[in-house]
Amino acid sequence: MRPSRVPMLTAVVVLIFFYLPIGMLFAQSFNAAKFGGQWDGFSLRWYEELWARDDIHAAAWNTILIALVSTVLSVVLGALAAWCIHRFRSRAQRAHYGLIYAPLVVPDILMGISLLFLFVNVGVELNLFTIILSHTTFCLSYVTLVMLGRLQDFDEAIIEAAQDLGAGWGTIVGRILLPLLGPGLAAGALLAFTLSIDDFVITFLVSGPGNTTLPVKIFSMMRRSSPQVINALSVIFMTVTFVMVIISQRLTRTTTSTQTT
Amino acid sequence: MKRRWRIEALLTAPSFGWLVVFFAVPSVLVVLLSFKPADLTGSVGAGWTLDTWRSLANPSYPSIVWRTVWLSVATTVWCLGLGVPVAYWIARLAPAWRSRVLILIILPFWTNFLIRIFAWRTLLHPDGYVKAVAVFFGWAEPNDQLLYNDWAILLVLVYTYLPFAILPLYAAAEKFDFTLMDAARDLGASRWRAFRGVFLPGIRTGLLTAFLIVFIPALGSYAIPAIVGGPTSEMIGNKIAQRATTDRNLPHAAALGTVLTGVIFVPLLFAAWLRRRARDESGEGAAGLAAAPGGAHR
Repeated sequence: MRPSRVPMLTAVVVLIFFYLPIGMLFAQSFNAAKFGGQWDGFSLRWYEELWARDDIHAAAWNTILIALVSTVLSVVLGALAAWCIHRFRSRAQRAHYGLIYAPLVVPDILMGISLLFLFVNVGVELNLFTIILSHTTFCLSYVTLVMLGRLQDFDEAIIEAAQDLGAGWGTIVGRILLPLLGPGLAAGALLAFTLSIDDFVITFLVSGPGNTTLPVKIFSMMRRSSPQVINALSVIFMTVTFVMVIISQRLTRTTTSTQTT
Repeated sequence: MKRRWRIEALLTAPSFGWLVVFFAVPSVLVVLLSFKPADLTGSVGAGWTLDTWRSLANPSYPSIVWRTVWLSVATTVWCLGLGVPVAYWIARLAPAWRSRVLILIILPFWTNFLIRIFAWRTLLHPDGYVKAVAVFFGWAEPNDQLLYNDWAILLVLVYTYLPFAILPLYAAAEKFDFTLMDAARDLGASRWRAFRGVFLPGIRTGLLTAFLIVFIPALGSYAIPAIVGGPTSEMIGNKIAQRATTDRNLPHAAALGTVLTGVIFVPLLFAAWLRRRARDESGEGAAGLAAAPGGAHR
């Protein structure tokens, strides 16, 4: 039986479709032309222009600060949540799991306005702090699920064995839990960090005037026109994300290989 | 026993409390706020009213809901239509190549999605390359507008969600036993009939996941129609954001948000119904999945 060519041809077309915009963005970032339609030769002028834009730098710092704080918060909360769901398996934990899972099926726009309503009703001013609270909320679900996946292979008898041998909780956390679950924590943290720096819709709704993150800044820049400087910014943004993803892949790979051996 | 319960409550409280305060309560708040009067200062007035809901009868809203639904359905159909052959192709590759191709599929989507939308806007721009190629081959008139319409939204929606459809479809196709298709061919089925009657039912859990993973976020789209759509191609998400930020009419945004929540329950309930039907037909859950290819003989 000769296999059909249709699946392979579809896959090739889809891959071209996927890479066309990205490739063009890369090329455009080195294009000297002011408009996208023509090629005026290789140039680094957009990168230089980017270097001089203080407003973009400020947005980038906000993005990193928000991502760092919400990563720490969501990893602490998420690790604890995963531990409880894994350990206790009671009816309360089933509700807990439902509460963790539900935000994943809610579109960003709904989560964004519901958080906005909460902040407006309570009367808090919209600022970096409200963005951090919102980011922690959606990162929490992802971190918990990553940690639950890691805990599935975790043998709790180790803890009982350590306790029988006289270890206190300090020793157990420091010498057993952190080394064994550390890579899972790191993978969850990187995921939270990436989700946070990537988020646009929720941030857009809960950020006050003057407190933009990079995605919100990009959005407002391209709403008005198509500034070529965005291409250069995209290439840098992409490179940073790729490096982080590669690191997180390495981390997850080493943990699976150490657990199988 | 009592002590253990206390430890559990103490350890569960932080994340549970966080999600109650920042997820459950705000979600209920959306529904409640839609029955409140709007306040001129951009906040919410006292008392209760049905005015906001009555104003949704304005003919512009049903058309926005309709556009949101058809664009999301069309996106889902395209994503499944392209995703199934791609997943089939990857699953039949040599194992070493599967992971490489899979990485190639995911790689472009580790970039920020606003950047990808921006790239499409540059490509489809009246002076852009896609237009130039289309005009060169006579596919488009020089005055045709490729951007700022429903078709541009559909294209970018498919671009954004296709990899999310391919991943669950591939996960299902990888577990599929391809010798079943050979058996169908040996018994005289045509290639197309074997694909439709054996392969598709065999990957139905993947189809269901892909459907949910594409359809629900598509319903809540905001950024894509805002950037590549025209002034007359708004989706519910755009109206919600406009009411919540520019117009500062929170009850209105809340009512539209409640409508969107209602729309989202339709695919969720449909998926739950399909799952239950599959389970009832073929015994218990896991057995139902294993027996899935057999369902084709009905």
